[in-house]
Amino acid sequence: MIRLHSMTTFLFRVAVLLVMVMGFQAFSQENRFPAPEFESEYTFPETTQPPQEGLFSDLTDVVILTGFLLLACYFVFKTRSRKGLFGLTVASLIYFGFIRQGCVCPIGSIQNVTLSFFDPGYALALSTLLFFVIPLGFALFAGRVFCSGICPLGAIQDLVVLHPIRLPRAVNEGLSMFKYVYFGLAVLFAATGTGFIICRFDPFIGFFRLNANPGMIFFGAGMLMIGAFIARPYCRFLCPYSVLLNWMSRFSKWHLSITPDHCIQCRLCEDSCPFDYIHQPNLDHKPESRRIGLRRLNVLVLAVPLLMLLFGWVGSVLAEPMAQLNHTVALVEQILDEPEGATEPSTDSVDAFRQSGQSWDALLATANSIRKKFYVGGWLLGLFIGLVFGLKWIRLSLSWSRKDYEPDRGNCLSCGRCFQACPNDKENLLISQGV
Amino acid sequence: MNESTHDKTLKRKEFIRDSFQKGMTFVLGFLAAVGLRKAQNSNTVWQIDPEKCIHCENCSTKCVVEPSAVKCVQDYPICGYCQLCFGYFQPNANELTSAAENQICPTDAIERLFIEDPYWEYNIREDVCIGCAKCVHLCEVFGNASFYLQVRHDVCVNCNDCSIARHCPADAFERVSKDKPYLLKT
Repeated sequence: MIRLHSMTTFLFRVAVLLVMVMGFQAFSQENRFPAPEFESEYTFPETTQPPQEGLFSDLTDVVILTGFLLLACYFVFKTRSRKGLFGLTVASLIYFGFIRQGCVCPIGSIQNVTLSFFDPGYALALSTLLFFVIPLGFALFAGRVFCSGICPLGAIQDLVVLHPIRLPRAVNEGLSMFKYVYFGLAVLFAATGTGFIICRFDPFIGFFRLNANPGMIFFGAGMLMIGAFIARPYCRFLCPYSVLLNWMSRFSKWHLSITPDHCIQCRLCEDSCPFDYIHQPNLDHKPESRRIGLRRLNVLVLAVPLLMLLFGWVGSVLAEPMAQLNHTVALVEQILDEPEGATEPSTDSVDAFRQSGQSWDALLATANSIRKKFYVGGWLLGLFIGLVFGLKWIRLSLSWSRKDYEPDRGNCLSCGRCFQACPNDKENLLISQGV
Repeated sequence: MNESTHDKTLKRKEFIRDSFQKGMTFVLGFLAAVGLRKAQNSNTVWQIDPEKCIHCENCSTKCVVEPSAVKCVQDYPICGYCQLCFGYFQPNANELTSAAENQICPTDAIERLFIEDPYWEYNIREDVCIGCAKCVHLCEVFGNASFYLQVRHDVCVNCNDCSIARHCPADAFERVSKDKPYLLKT
């Protein structure tokens, strides 16, 4: 019996190999083995198609997001309750983090929106667009309430702020420039269809899914450990979405205020912000002479375009190495690197390309157009980074007069920690009176 | 700086902020409107185009879910119901039994059921399938190609940036509508 089976095995293999060697290409399109003719009553089982599992539909998630944002506004403006915001932080971490497990989040949606503008074939989902727009809309009217506790990435970091230390201003400002570079790169890579780097280097998604490779876990755990001392490092120094939120929140119609009443300059809130986003009053501030100030401003304003050109040039030089990260460009390089007369394809990609029967010219044209996009994009990215750095430089050189303790409108994460420090707050007043 | 000039400065500041706020609202509204025109009601999910797939085994190792959300599926109407299934048995199998040493599948994820002489049904046990595509490869090379890989959406967490798609040498991953989330051959 055994011998019979190995005999059939052998015969089958010989037959199949013969077919293959004879190169009946058309034959491979058909079924090699005829459909069975069952004598018993046999019906083909259905190939199952399990749908995506989720607690709620995508648009329900949008409604929940909006509800949470409204709740955050309520806690920031109406009840001025840090406790409420803390509860919201925990709730968001549980729902948007551990239950919904991240995707698509407003941070990552930057890339989806960008791709939809540059790739007409990409279908942007309505819920993704709304996830992108709604927190920005709220920032325009109420400041960064999204960051206060709704963003799951912010929430997980906010809960580990144990012993925040104050960074020197230069370090704080310097590190915060990274997010502009990250933002620019993310837009460039999404626009060229190369990849979604924000999602790829998301530090906390591994925790939310309780499943990730060691690199991701180390990155996330490291970020949380640093976060115990340097509060919310991802939000302050890396988050690309915070670039957009910052622009919106800076001009917001309303914004969190430290005191519900007039500031009495008691300095109690001075150390309450773990992110160092409270501006202190400088009543002894003396404006410098107009002549000197103007001259410096003129020099800086002239320097900005030079800075932009410099960065733009650097961006254009880096365009080629960045383009190599694109799948199509890399494939073209691999094919060009194939040794002369090689019979075996050097990589799986080359193999797949050969099997697909796509034309080499079409592939080359696509790769060249992507390269061109990277070149233009590299310039634009450089100009953007140069402009941002230049404006930051100008801003740092200007001195403002302030009378009260105020949150930095662009950066303030609306976490409400300063509420607890203000003695004007009714709740705090009652506590101090022993009620 | 006396009080009145301070008030003036404040008013000017408020005016500037107000104008910028309106401008930004307009920009965001414009962006949303343009986006809305392109936006589709249904979300997308990842799926493998079986025509492009080259069964390279990346699906079993690159997925963020473990074991991979990519599984082999059996497309029954294509299957030849062979007694000697090339996707099931080792080429040098001593006998046609489900003993581990005879199987291609490293996890015993294919169930072999006798229907009638000489036909056998092959089912995938998805809870143990790791999506390594060993069976898929042999079924496509020697058989009817009724085994092929599909992303199973009850397992897939639908990452915005699919890790396997990024590593796929054949560019076989694509975003498909959530309403029709499978690319089956039949």
